[in-house]
Amino acid sequence: MYPTKYHKPASIAEAVAALSSGEDAMLLAGGQTLIGTMKNHLAAPSDLVDIRQIDGMSGVSSEGDTLRIGATTTHAEVATNADVKRLCPALAALASGIGDPAVRHMGTIGGAIANNDPAADYPAGLLALGATIVTNTRELAADDFFQGMFTTALEDGEIIIAVKVAAPTKAAYIKFPQPASLYAMVGVFVADGAAGTRVAVTGAGEDGVFRHTGMETALSADWASGALDAVQVGSDGLLSDLHCAADYRASLIKTIAKRAVAAA
Amino acid sequence: MTKITLKVNGKSVSGDVPDETLLSVFLRENLRLTGTHVGCDTSQCGACVVHVGGKSVKSCSTLAVSLEGAEVTTIEGLANGSLHPMQVAFNDNHGLQCGFCTPGMIMTGVDMVNRYKTEGTELTSEAIRAELEGNICRCTGYHNIVKSIEDAAAKM
Amino acid sequence: MSTGIGDAVKRKEDKRFTTGKGKYTDDVRNDNQAYAAFVRSPYAHARVMGIDGSAALAMDGVIDVLNGAQLTGDGIGNIICGWAVASKDGSPMNMGAWSALATEKVRYVGDAVAVVIAETQALARIAAEKVEVSYEQLSVAASIAAARANDAPEIHENAPGNLIYDWEIGDEAATDAGLAGAAHVTTLDVINNRLSPNPMEPRSAVATYDDSEEHYTLYTTSQNPHVARLVLSAFYNVAPEHKLRVIAPDVGGGFGAKIYIYPEEITCLWASMKTNRSVKWTSDRSEAFLTDAHGRDHVTTAKMGFDSSGKIVGFKVDTLANLGAYMSLFSSSVPTYLYAPLLSGQYNIDNIHCNVRAYYSNTVPVDAYRGAGRPEATYLVERMMETAAREMGMDPAELRRRNFILSFPHATPVLMEYDAGDFPTILKMAQSTADVAGFPARRAEAAARGKLRGIGYSTFIEACGIAPSKAVGSLGCGVGLWESAEVRVNPAGSIEILTGSHSHGQGHETTFAQIVSDRFGLPIENVSIVHGDTDKVQFGMGTYGSRSGPVGMTAVVKAMDKVEAKVKKIAAHALEASEDDIVIEGGEVKVTGTDKSMAWHEVGLAAYIAHNLPEGMEPGLKETAFFDPVNFSFPSGAFICEVEVDPDTGHTEIVQFTSADDFGTIINPMVVEGQVHGGVAQGIGQAMLEQVIYDEAGQLLTGSYMDYTMPRAADLPFYDVSHHSTPSPNNPLGIKGCGEAGAIGAPPAVINAITDAIGSNDIEMPATPQTVWRAIQANSSPLAAE
Repeated sequence: MYPTKYHKPASIAEAVAALSSGEDAMLLAGGQTLIGTMKNHLAAPSDLVDIRQIDGMSGVSSEGDTLRIGATTTHAEVATNADVKRLCPALAALASGIGDPAVRHMGTIGGAIANNDPAADYPAGLLALGATIVTNTRELAADDFFQGMFTTALEDGEIIIAVKVAAPTKAAYIKFPQPASLYAMVGVFVADGAAGTRVAVTGAGEDGVFRHTGMETALSADWASGALDAVQVGSDGLLSDLHCAADYRASLIKTIAKRAVAAA
Repeated sequence: MTKITLKVNGKSVSGDVPDETLLSVFLRENLRLTGTHVGCDTSQCGACVVHVGGKSVKSCSTLAVSLEGAEVTTIEGLANGSLHPMQVAFNDNHGLQCGFCTPGMIMTGVDMVNRYKTEGTELTSEAIRAELEGNICRCTGYHNIVKSIEDAAAKM
Repeated sequence: MSTGIGDAVKRKEDKRFTTGKGKYTDDVRNDNQAYAAFVRSPYAHARVMGIDGSAALAMDGVIDVLNGAQLTGDGIGNIICGWAVASKDGSPMNMGAWSALATEKVRYVGDAVAVVIAETQALARIAAEKVEVSYEQLSVAASIAAARANDAPEIHENAPGNLIYDWEIGDEAATDAGLAGAAHVTTLDVINNRLSPNPMEPRSAVATYDDSEEHYTLYTTSQNPHVARLVLSAFYNVAPEHKLRVIAPDVGGGFGAKIYIYPEEITCLWASMKTNRSVKWTSDRSEAFLTDAHGRDHVTTAKMGFDSSGKIVGFKVDTLANLGAYMSLFSSSVPTYLYAPLLSGQYNIDNIHCNVRAYYSNTVPVDAYRGAGRPEATYLVERMMETAAREMGMDPAELRRRNFILSFPHATPVLMEYDAGDFPTILKMAQSTADVAGFPARRAEAAARGKLRGIGYSTFIEACGIAPSKAVGSLGCGVGLWESAEVRVNPAGSIEILTGSHSHGQGHETTFAQIVSDRFGLPIENVSIVHGDTDKVQFGMGTYGSRSGPVGMTAVVKAMDKVEAKVKKIAAHALEASEDDIVIEGGEVKVTGTDKSMAWHEVGLAAYIAHNLPEGMEPGLKETAFFDPVNFSFPSGAFICEVEVDPDTGHTEIVQFTSADDFGTIINPMVVEGQVHGGVAQGIGQAMLEQVIYDEAGQLLTGSYMDYTMPRAADLPFYDVSHHSTPSPNNPLGIKGCGEAGAIGAPPAVINAITDAIGSNDIEMPATPQTVWRAIQANSSPLAAE
């Protein structure tokens, strides 16, 4: 680890101030990605701004059919929360499969989506659910938030406060893991509800999480696994690596999407 | 450098540490509690698992300075006068060979049993195997680790 | 509870391991400890043009920056391979120079060129990044194929074409004739995938030079501290043996990777002398992938010929082996003497010929990893048998039965003389346990769910209990492979066994104590096992090759024989009886047929008080034995694996794994089963999950657990383990050893099952989901195959 300076602001305003204190200040929540990157000398923030324990940033509430998940709510909390299980069990299931039990005790939804790892699970879930990301300065639709591999719409000094999810009518998430890392080699979240009929794919795209419009069209007309049989899933734009070539990935996307539809 | 005060195995400890100090380093080097082990550099092997606030956490992926006021339990603090049922179960069922992954396995085992009991869910052998996703063992092939945790669950 | 041979005694060592009180090398920290970090080449093949450590040296807390020129200039010797394997034309193997810190050239990514010594580990690593090394890159050969290519770079000057040796065993003419006359010939090309052993404890060394005594102490993660001391002293010139103490404390797994004496401990010892500080180094996992010796990496083509009744009439094998950038300590023997002599398997084969060509490549050095040569042989033989059975339309178990060796001892045409076995009984046991008869119904039920079930066999034998010194000496091994034991009976009656074996997970503190408890009827609490410190145990060859049972324990037995003889003399004299009438049982020394006896501890005391010993007898009760085995030992087994494949994703689940083993006498069944579990897990890992992958530039692509797939609990089944013992006649306990069987026998069972499930033989290890999916695609629509 390179040396760094630790700050523990008591409020978002203090956090914003702390972020501009150093050359290269970064937010720290659960640390389950950032600390690993620092250990491997791939990140060397001059300052760490710990927002994990700021009041009001953590916890789940609901208003009617809409969930509000605080940005520093851990994956374990989302996975076991009664409101989440009632309004969107697919999201609870997604959270219960992130990393491993110890990682889930620390990792947070805000940290995960701010990082937007192309193989992370939450981006697929929030994109398919048409979620709203609430920051300290504005609200963003998921469609606008996720902008590419490790890239989001967040501006300097902008901090995620919460995520809002309207309960879908039907939803499911299935992940086919990369055998070593256990990240999604292909992860498909399908949902149908007020946000429309959506199919979001993670782990697979060269540009990070994406929606498959061909599958969405087919499912809008007929929500059934069989409806996806005729949909072409091409290899273009798909990642190819040691564990999974693009053509195998394309085949997995279709297989997993069909299974998700059947499970929804 | 930051001065931190936290509870480790029931005792209050303080230290003035560089901000980038990992909890695993703080435990092993500052407190000389070497029972918590470091087996990888990608937060995957679980040899470093301890309990923070009663929950399993990877000490290699947590900063000591972020735990001001926290309660940490390490493998050295698990026994309470007599061995914890999980420690007994690992011995009874030959759940360890070289012992290196064992502290992390035991702490993870205790955590999963506690959680499943709280939720009222059955801890089947399949569930145990899934809950061991973040703990790697090279010696045992896991067969006896699963048996050890099943055994301890029935007695905890 | 009973604590003798055959009892499932719970392990004594568990107490410290389950309470966090184990003492591993990284737990050792001396006052004023300094730390080392290595500067490693980022290139697979390059000339070292210059090293500039000034920026690093200028950092506060950096003690020194040292390089290869200084190391070799101080007389530190090059790293050796200790087994001289000659080519078939008689020429010696081409051993290239390997210095602990590279001087002129680097030959693999990770090859160390300098070391930074600093006040903290974190600082040493940061400073190491500041050492500037200029390299002139050379072209790279990162695989066997690249090393053999016409335009391949020359990795070592004395190895033209990168060839290390061209070795053979067996009668080629007779084998060719056998194949020519065969009714059926099966041809098979297989790859044995390169693996990284990955014990969970990373390697570590703490080296302390005491200049007042000119004495070195080394704590090291070693499977054989005495061999380390010998080699460090006699070959690497660190210090004479009597000035070098090597301690291997608790070691967290080895699997072969911790046999060798690596650049890091050599450098730490020398650096400790240079800086006059204790120097500590601990690998992190990425560094382990870059520096721990890898295993396997063979490419083989083979032919097996059968007569019309399915009896094998000839077996011809051609293997290319990748030994990496330098020859590691045992490397030369792994694809030769530890491999080819096992090509007879469990079968009565008259004609076998094997040619092995070993090559350098710009990759991590390759050496023994659990099974060492025997997994490679077994994988070939057992895939061959299954493939041949399918080609000939025969039941794979039946083809094996027709070829089983039935009488012992059995001399094979490839050097080995098998001691004892009962292959038909073991196969039958496995088939019954695995409910082979019920398989067709299970296959149909799975098919109804859209899944493919398959079943695969592996009936294997291994040469363990390494090894008879004269035999291996005649084959080029530079050391003898005996073992030592000292039995010390203390004055008040407790016993300490000092053994040259070294446990790194095998439970010796319990199992070795069991044989003593069994012999003298003493409580196991009264017996301690001492190992791992060259100041305490005089010499030993260490633990690997499943040798601690057959060789290590036998040495203890021989020493106990001597103790027993002296005890009887002392007791006979004290009790005024004949020696022949003395028996030792239940902790007592008795005169048969009378009620005269002495307690064990009374005999011990008598020996040390020496008031009433037989005329001419020396006081004391302590005996040593060095045991040299007369033969290898030959555990055998039958594994049956059943899998279920999801054809849409290629994902394979192991639904059942059955292991029937013959280990001869079993000391502690719980410990033995644990060894089978762990070995099978590693075998399944090789078959389905693990592979070291380099790109063409020699960059390691699988450099962490993010890309190298370690077997996890959810990947593995429970294992059904049963035993049928035919004791080895070659040692008094009848032990054959059990540590490697799982890793040796499992891979072909798994691959045979998967190929059966998908109806295609086109699978190379690891059978990842992608690999299986591709084979299914190619099989179902050959025209659409990629």
